[in-house]
Amino acid sequence: MGLLGLVYYWAFAILLMIGFYAVIAKPNLIKKLIGLSIFQAAVFLLYITMGKVDGGTAPILQDGVSLYSTPLPQVLILTAIVVGISTTALGLGIVVRIKEEYGSIEEDEIQERDRQ
Amino acid sequence: MTSLAHHLPALQVIVPMLSAPLVMLLQPRGLARAAATAASLLAFAIAIAMTIGVLDGNTYTYRMGSWPAPYGIELGVDRFSALLLLIVTGASSFALLAGHRSVDADIDESRQPLFYAAWLLALAGLSGIPVAADAFNIFVFMEISSLASYVIIAGGSDRRALPAVFKYLIMGTIGATFYLIGIGLIYLMTGTLNLADMELRIHEVADQAPILVAAGFITVGLALKAALFPLHVWLPNSYTYAPNTVTVFLAACSTKVSLYLLLRFDFFVFQGNLVGHDIQFAYFLMPLAVLAILIASGVALFEQNVKRLLAYSSIAQVGYILLGASFVTVAGLTASTVHLFNHALAKGALFLAVSCLATQCVGLRLPGLRGLAKQMPWTSAALVVAGFSLIGIPGTAGFISKWYLITAALEHGPLGIALVVVLVASSLMAVAYIWRIVESLYFGEPGGDVSAVREAPLLMLVVTWVAVLANLYFGLAPELPVTLASSAAETLLEHLP
Repeated sequence: MGLLGLVYYWAFAILLMIGFYAVIAKPNLIKKLIGLSIFQAAVFLLYITMGKVDGGTAPILQDGVSLYSTPLPQVLILTAIVVGISTTALGLGIVVRIKEEYGSIEEDEIQERDRQ
Repeated sequence: MTSLAHHLPALQVIVPMLSAPLVMLLQPRGLARAAATAASLLAFAIAIAMTIGVLDGNTYTYRMGSWPAPYGIELGVDRFSALLLLIVTGASSFALLAGHRSVDADIDESRQPLFYAAWLLALAGLSGIPVAADAFNIFVFMEISSLASYVIIAGGSDRRALPAVFKYLIMGTIGATFYLIGIGLIYLMTGTLNLADMELRIHEVADQAPILVAAGFITVGLALKAALFPLHVWLPNSYTYAPNTVTVFLAACSTKVSLYLLLRFDFFVFQGNLVGHDIQFAYFLMPLAVLAILIASGVALFEQNVKRLLAYSSIAQVGYILLGASFVTVAGLTASTVHLFNHALAKGALFLAVSCLATQCVGLRLPGLRGLAKQMPWTSAALVVAGFSLIGIPGTAGFISKWYLITAALEHGPLGIALVVVLVASSLMAVAYIWRIVESLYFGEPGGDVSAVREAPLLMLVVTWVAVLANLYFGLAPELPVTLASSAAETLLEHLP
């Protein structure tokens, strides 16, 4: 397997870093959450990639096929996607409450208002 | 084992988890509270029953749907997880029993059933982690407990809890996702998620590099969840601005569960399989633990808010626990496991006393507490005794774990002596910061009129004093935590060369 065979793993690493960067560097809370979603989506990609077997088909029993991809990572990642959605939803809910209380969703302005 | 005893590990999670939707439907608030407290007490009883079972030499394994491991999902309780279950369910029960006045003060009546439902989900998640024997189940329980904790922390009336909880959500999710990446890499190499099976199969892996990367991701992710310095920044504000009852619950157990998991993974899964893992673990964690102890205790010396002061002290205590573990000896691990239990007792009792104070004192800043000891003698005395336990005065639970920790450190020659100096210095700092609270309470001149200040409600006081007396009891008769901890340490170190 050459460099090209690992392209999905590269995509995982790059997406992970893009998401992580947004979480750390962006002061806007919504942008932080977008970064967090990208960060989690990268991990979903890691799991999906590892489940794929070269030349394997979907894991449904049928005549004339003997090579199947692993279904377990996909099942796991379905659960992780649900977890990710709940986290994003809760995060957005908190952002709405922050906007109501502070009138801003910029991290520095919120800190400024707490100091007053 | 009787048939009911066989199902206890599953019931430990199912009882709080299924009670949660029921509690949500109970509209009159008294009912919701009563049902939540009952569910939590039942969970506590289950934990006690399993502790008695493991002390008799049983270990509990439960196969979900009777599918054999490693294909099916397995639950398991040994002595180490029994200790954690006691901490988690005990903290929740004490907090709920004492909490009714302070929950009324912090949360609208109409939203209380939702609050209690979220509380029970947090309890289910936190007790699921020690019970689960499957790495992915642990991730799911971790996320259930985290999401529910975010909700109960932000449930109060203080708006500053919202940015605090947002920070906790971001950092908690990053920690959990790091853990997920680590699990993914191990699954990629071994094809299994069952912890015991994983431990066996990592041997067969030819290329150890992905396992090493996985160990790194899992250790750092869990250290983030456990608030190890310098990954602790989410903790002080979350604990400070959460409703008081929630602080009692989470301060006593949430970081402990992550620490448990960290020790489980690093010693049970990785230790026997990675070359030089013990040395890497020690060199990585020991400096951070020392920094945590010194810096967090130092910050606590200058804090004005009582809850924040105690939150920084919690960060220092996480340092103690990991310092013991980083010795990688039976004595060190026993010390850190005993300290898991004793710190939960001391910090739980302290925060219970603080929630008693909070019924009379808004803001909980040190100047506001001046001279309250005359009006609130029982609360103040409870704070002093629990504070002794935190410092480690002989006769209290805190002394036992400090003693074990120092004994373990002295096995390490000159380095050990330096570490003892660190431990003594930080205990002195603990004396100083606890003294600041005591001084305000007993010797300060009241700033305004305090004649309206009354002692906290009787039920809160009784529960607080039960927790305080537990500190004294386990200081004089420490057999229970020490037995559980030393056999936990021996199991964890089985794989040490």
